[in-house]
Amino acid sequence: MTGAQLPVRLSINGLVVEAAAEATLLQAIRSAGLQVPTLCHLDGLTPVGACRLCLVVIEGHPKLEPACVTAVADGMVVHTHTPELDTYRRMAVELFFAEGNHVCAVCVANGACELQAVAVEVGMDHSRFPYQYPRREVDASHPLFSLDHHRCILCTRCVRVCDEIEAAHVWDVGYRGSSCSIIAGLDQPWGEVAACTNCGKCVDVCPTGALFRKEDGSGEKQPHPERAQQLVEARTEHHWHNQ
Amino acid sequence: MGVSWRCCDATACRAAGGAALRQRLEAEMGADRVKPVGCLRLCGMGPLAAADYADGSTELVGGVAGERRLDLAHPFFILQRSVVLERCGLVNPNSIEDAIAQGAYAVLDRCRQLAPQAVIEQVERSGLRGRGGAGYPTGRKWQLVAAQASPTRAVVCNADEGDPGAFMDRAVLEGDPHRLLEGMAIAAHAVGAAEAFIYVRAEYALAIERLRTAIGAAEARGVLAGLPIQLRIGAGAYVCGEETALLHSIEGGRGTPRPRPPYPAVSGLWGLPTLINNVETFAAVPAILREGGDWYAAMGTATSKGTKVFALSGAIPHTGLIEVEMGTSLRTIVEAMGQSPPGQVKAVQTGGPSGGCVPAALLDTPVDYESLQSLGSIMGSGGMVVIDGAMAMPELARYFMRFCVDESCGKCLPCRAGTVQLAQLLDRFVERRATAADLVQLEQLCGMVKATSLCGLGQSAPNPVLSTLRFFRAEYEAAIAGPIAAPIAAPIAP
Amino acid sequence: MTLATPPKLRFATVWLAGCSGCHMSFLDLDEWLFELAERVEIVYSPVASDIKVFPEGVDLCLVEGAVANADNRELALQLRARSKVVVSFGDCAVSANVPGMRNLWAGVEGGSRQSVLERGYVELADTGAQHPHAPGIVPELLERVLPLHELIPVDHFLPGCPPSAERIRTFLEALLRGEAPPMEGPAMLGFG
Repeated sequence: MTGAQLPVRLSINGLVVEAAAEATLLQAIRSAGLQVPTLCHLDGLTPVGACRLCLVVIEGHPKLEPACVTAVADGMVVHTHTPELDTYRRMAVELFFAEGNHVCAVCVANGACELQAVAVEVGMDHSRFPYQYPRREVDASHPLFSLDHHRCILCTRCVRVCDEIEAAHVWDVGYRGSSCSIIAGLDQPWGEVAACTNCGKCVDVCPTGALFRKEDGSGEKQPHPERAQQLVEARTEHHWHNQ
Repeated sequence: MGVSWRCCDATACRAAGGAALRQRLEAEMGADRVKPVGCLRLCGMGPLAAADYADGSTELVGGVAGERRLDLAHPFFILQRSVVLERCGLVNPNSIEDAIAQGAYAVLDRCRQLAPQAVIEQVERSGLRGRGGAGYPTGRKWQLVAAQASPTRAVVCNADEGDPGAFMDRAVLEGDPHRLLEGMAIAAHAVGAAEAFIYVRAEYALAIERLRTAIGAAEARGVLAGLPIQLRIGAGAYVCGEETALLHSIEGGRGTPRPRPPYPAVSGLWGLPTLINNVETFAAVPAILREGGDWYAAMGTATSKGTKVFALSGAIPHTGLIEVEMGTSLRTIVEAMGQSPPGQVKAVQTGGPSGGCVPAALLDTPVDYESLQSLGSIMGSGGMVVIDGAMAMPELARYFMRFCVDESCGKCLPCRAGTVQLAQLLDRFVERRATAADLVQLEQLCGMVKATSLCGLGQSAPNPVLSTLRFFRAEYEAAIAGPIAAPIAAPIAP
Repeated sequence: MTLATPPKLRFATVWLAGCSGCHMSFLDLDEWLFELAERVEIVYSPVASDIKVFPEGVDLCLVEGAVANADNRELALQLRARSKVVVSFGDCAVSANVPGMRNLWAGVEGGSRQSVLERGYVELADTGAQHPHAPGIVPELLERVLPLHELIPVDHFLPGCPPSAERIRTFLEALLRGEAPPMEGPAMLGFG
């Protein structure tokens, strides 16, 4: 006996899918070759269920459930795309655009931005919600990288990758509600935070152009969201000889 | 003269000049004949003091000079059924001796002789449901926590009462803190918890002071049998009344909710199985264990047992604290107890920013969990705000939406950004420059925020809008831009 | 809303507060413009007509640019009243995009209008620093730059900065066939 539980079977959009008992619903959906949009989720980091884009319908559940933090269960019947979900997802993406200052044309991440891509995925051709134009700051105090808060969607990937993988915990979230922002150290300029190791993982995993390398101009950012998972695997599976 | 006075020394009467009234009485009667007590219920007429005569009769007076004689035979008083508040207003909240003389901790002592399961069984039989708002069966929650395989567990009291118009828990904390400690200690025995926390909002300065005094006295006398009860003071976030945010805050983290499951009963404070109940729930426990679960279950309705404390406020002559049997009609509360003249009430708002408005035409609705929910409102923690014809409903809805904008923690998108857009949409209705498309968008966005937010705050934030749209839609439609305006408020029911 | 297909549609393009890039992309349609010319009569356009007044009875109007000044607003209201189908053409019309970035200064003292003029004409001036002021000639800036649909009803949205010629063509071909444009997927959607 290895102690591993038997795989479970569930139905996703009418397909019968087999998944490991400890899998999340999102893992099961993606392993079946199906798609559900996500922004805060990143393989390799603890899921937080904050962006709400991966909400799905599970028959018998009174509420929509976030696939990223929901465990699979045998016999579960799941729908990833219903007219209701499609409507809510598009509204959510419009709200993301309206709450920040996302001007794709002049952004470092133009063409490599997950928010931009998700907007296409959900069929957003414009925002029905008025843009809020919040006054935010750009923190260019770090020698290598910059943080443009205008483009931040508060996914907290940077917070988690720095805490969970780099173990430096440079980032956290400060303030409340629509005034929330990512903060460095004790809400200091990033360049003054001695805990920062300059590793750049936060820049790699940032889904938008909020975190970027200083040398990157419009449309030049090359994100590496896959690195979080690669590092986790390399550590847990001992890919390195010195481990 | 065999008269002694009980002088309300709780927040509302203090604000109304209670200290001056007490000084007068002490000067007149001598300090030993005047005792500070908790809430005497009719807060709007305060400061209040009660005179107990040797013949057993009692008089209630209000005003700094004691100038208003208040009628204790009024329905406001005689329709009350005090269980949670049975000692509130009688006991000196700063005196453990007085509390013990009036029965405090006797039930706890008896419970300790019982097997934990026997205690839980009585709570289950009582039909008590969570008084914080959601109404989860308390006995079932205790059972769930007790059943977890864990060497130890935690008990947490949610005293982060923050709904506008809600002051039920404050009355218990300020008026009879030992009742809460006793209820928590009984719960700790029942579920096998070795530590306990009370999370109370910083704005409740007097409650915090009384709790500190009470905990210190209870520990010094050993009545808690070694159960450490720690006080944790909130930092001003309403969302910390949400249980997972509250636990994060106690742990020292940022007060933000997390998705459930796991529920705190399974994995709560520092991963321990954790029982979280609110103040009123714990405060109902000593009476239930003293009189028996069946006694409690004999009160109320089929699915909502016992009594409930409400904070009655708004456009109504009698404002204050009431405890009534579940199932009492809103009309009884508002017209008989609150003494609102028939026809003057436009709606009753229950459940605060998560609740809704019950229109005057439905005042005969019994107050229980299911009835209020079927009307798109909720029982909530017990705030009950009476609305008259002067209040336009889009404006009321905007008030609550702005509250949610301010109190959103910002973690999940629909609540963080959706409430901002909802408040702006409501601006257009309040300012009478809305379009038909705005009304469609308002309803759609309410649906989205409700269905997709992470925690109860966001999920219920649209309720005041949806509820007023349901019963007062004409007021929204009238705000769709016509340059010349008919009065926006709907006519009051005759 | 879709169009009937009369022999020649009365077709207009309008340039509000934008960089004209959307019109440049339109011109990138190259030889397909000849096909288009067989289907439509261009009755108003900064790149294909010298008519100064927006005409009556327009069937289809592409609008580039955000609404940033008094002239933009007047023209937008006029084109809406005189056109059957109005299209927000490109990111500036769709979202206010770059022209809208001055809205960030709406909350500061003096507001966005004052701030942007001060920056552009005074702080960054090499010589002759002064605010432009020529009533009746230079239109007044609006305090808040609007995407087109926040001022007038818009029938279709064609995002992109600019929308590629291919995207514009697919869009117009569908409208000319009397169909709803197939607004899905990366070929037809996507800001920037």
